[in-house]
Amino acid sequence: MTIVAATQKFTTLAIPNQDELLYGVCPHPLSCGLGITIGAGTVFPEVNFTLPPISISESTWSEVKAHYEEMAAQILRRAVALAVPGIVLEFELLPAMTERPEWGAEITSILKRHLVACHEKHGLPCALRVTPTDIRDQLKPPMLRTGEPWQRLFESLELCAQAGADILSIESVGGKEVHDPALMYGDFPGMVFALGVLAPRDTAWLWNKIVSICKANPGVVPGADSACGFANTAMQLAHQKMLPEVLAAVVRAMSAVRSLVAFEQGALGPSKDCAYEGPVIKAITGMPISMEGKSASCAHFSPLGNIAAAMCDLWSNESVQNVRLLSGNAPEVFTELLAYDCRLMNAAASRDGALDMRDWMTASDEWLSPQAAVLSPAATMRIAGAIVAEDTPYRQTIAAGRAAYDLLNEGVVAEKLHLSRKEQQWFGRIEAAFDELPPDEATLLDSMEEQYGGLYDKPSYGL
Amino acid sequence: MAQSKDLYDAILNGDAKKAHIATEAALAAGTDPMDLIQESMVPAMDEVGRLFECEEYFVPELLLAGRAMKGAMQLLKPLLSAAGQKMAVRVIIGTVKGDLHDIGKNIVASMLEGSGFEVIDLGADVSPASFVAAIEERKPHIVCMSALLTVTMPAMRQTIDAIKAAGLRTQVKILIGGAPVTMQYAKDIGADGYSENASAAVGLVKSLLASAA
Repeated sequence: MTIVAATQKFTTLAIPNQDELLYGVCPHPLSCGLGITIGAGTVFPEVNFTLPPISISESTWSEVKAHYEEMAAQILRRAVALAVPGIVLEFELLPAMTERPEWGAEITSILKRHLVACHEKHGLPCALRVTPTDIRDQLKPPMLRTGEPWQRLFESLELCAQAGADILSIESVGGKEVHDPALMYGDFPGMVFALGVLAPRDTAWLWNKIVSICKANPGVVPGADSACGFANTAMQLAHQKMLPEVLAAVVRAMSAVRSLVAFEQGALGPSKDCAYEGPVIKAITGMPISMEGKSASCAHFSPLGNIAAAMCDLWSNESVQNVRLLSGNAPEVFTELLAYDCRLMNAAASRDGALDMRDWMTASDEWLSPQAAVLSPAATMRIAGAIVAEDTPYRQTIAAGRAAYDLLNEGVVAEKLHLSRKEQQWFGRIEAAFDELPPDEATLLDSMEEQYGGLYDKPSYGL
Repeated sequence: MAQSKDLYDAILNGDAKKAHIATEAALAAGTDPMDLIQESMVPAMDEVGRLFECEEYFVPELLLAGRAMKGAMQLLKPLLSAAGQKMAVRVIIGTVKGDLHDIGKNIVASMLEGSGFEVIDLGADVSPASFVAAIEERKPHIVCMSALLTVTMPAMRQTIDAIKAAGLRTQVKILIGGAPVTMQYAKDIGADGYSENASAAVGLVKSLLASAA
């Protein structure tokens, strides 16, 4: 078996004191882009935006570009009007823009041009995060390390770096081909296998490549990965009452390990907004994170609206379409929402109130949902501590899940967390499933072969 | 009859192994395959559906029940074919061109299977031409399309247009779904129906078939 070696292992917490795990500050702030430093005391908005319903093709390309021109101009106009102290724009490529790498690069260039002009005219500190789509799962089973999709993704990352990206990120999909069916069928060992064995192997390999691209393009920061395709899928299915919330909460905790692997390979943050595992990453690495919550309700439901902000360094709206609202187009409207969210957090911090503010945001959500409970500063410290105490991604994944389970169980016992009868049944199942997991990765690998062996490509994971 | 009850319970509990054993035992005891379907499998899946609707079951319980039923059905299929029994209603499903999101589509597919439909899953990123080819080859009653991205919604219209151009539109009912999709959009592009979620999709398929009968 070949595994891409980590360039650094995190064996202790960069933030060992819970009261120092605050929004806006971290031990390793990141300076990037056009004069912005993230995690040095100020929370900045990170605005994400997308197209309204429109086909992306040669014939519509000029219209597509016009949308991005309009969105960038309007977002920055509103940001300047509200005197934001800094801003990050995130451009998440759509699949067609990754498949045609020059398209993604062209939009990157457009957005960067707007940021440069705004910085020069208004002195606004800013940066552009670019996130190509991980299109490697086009084939069944996905070929992660070879083939056309990987080549196009690699080229997209390279071209976007050259076209003006300040931060490169991705929501990688390695292991998702197993995690999806495991999640749908409630197969807990399958989820652990996907999150603790397959995904870390792919994340390590992929981030080794992304870090290399950034090194070849000075000024471009290797940002971070996100377990969006894993834990946010679980969150959305739980929201629709299709999966238990307790399961989604445990999956969330376990997913932090595969996202941490990117940092072991040299990612510097800020972590992705949709990576709700961010606080755990921040506690372990000391690097800045982006989060999304109440002001991302334009994109999706979450039971974590306030608590998600408790430890953030960037505050995001996740994604919003360029459609007209009364006060302007939606991306600039959500820029305003984020700007006010950040103002309040920063004003509290400037009056030594960050700890209180953090704890109010935490208390308002914490025990109303298992998924919120595992995002509290206390939960973050426990999950992060459990991860660094173990030495392999497999053991770390189990440790993270167990820490989340224990924390939820304590909440139930203390009658802070109230679970429905069927949630309680699943809670019992999860506990039993943890007890039945083999102690070593090799045994689990063997036991997964019959059920999942046909779903994933072994060489894609160095197997 | 004990085997029929065993089969009912096995499906309700999502136990594929027990469902297989109970089916074999029932057949060995001379139970008519159609009786097994009508008296055990359909009532069990109806109960599973009811438990899901009233939020007693999550999707895993639903899918495991469907898997158990499907396994049992594999034993019955050759016997039904030999007896000239008509097979289930056929559904083709896929995520449209340009869109790689498939978990919602997979859930709909599994729930349809669990409800006794024959489902042909074309996967994700399915071109209009592939939908047309599948309709020509597999002769489905229903076509389901999914999209999660606003920018792939137009591919639904393109697919329907391609089905029309191939002269196949009257042969199939077309349903669409996905986060950005709306009932109005379904009407605009000429689909027969829209579903907000997976369980409603199953009900919609049934109601469309009933109205077409």
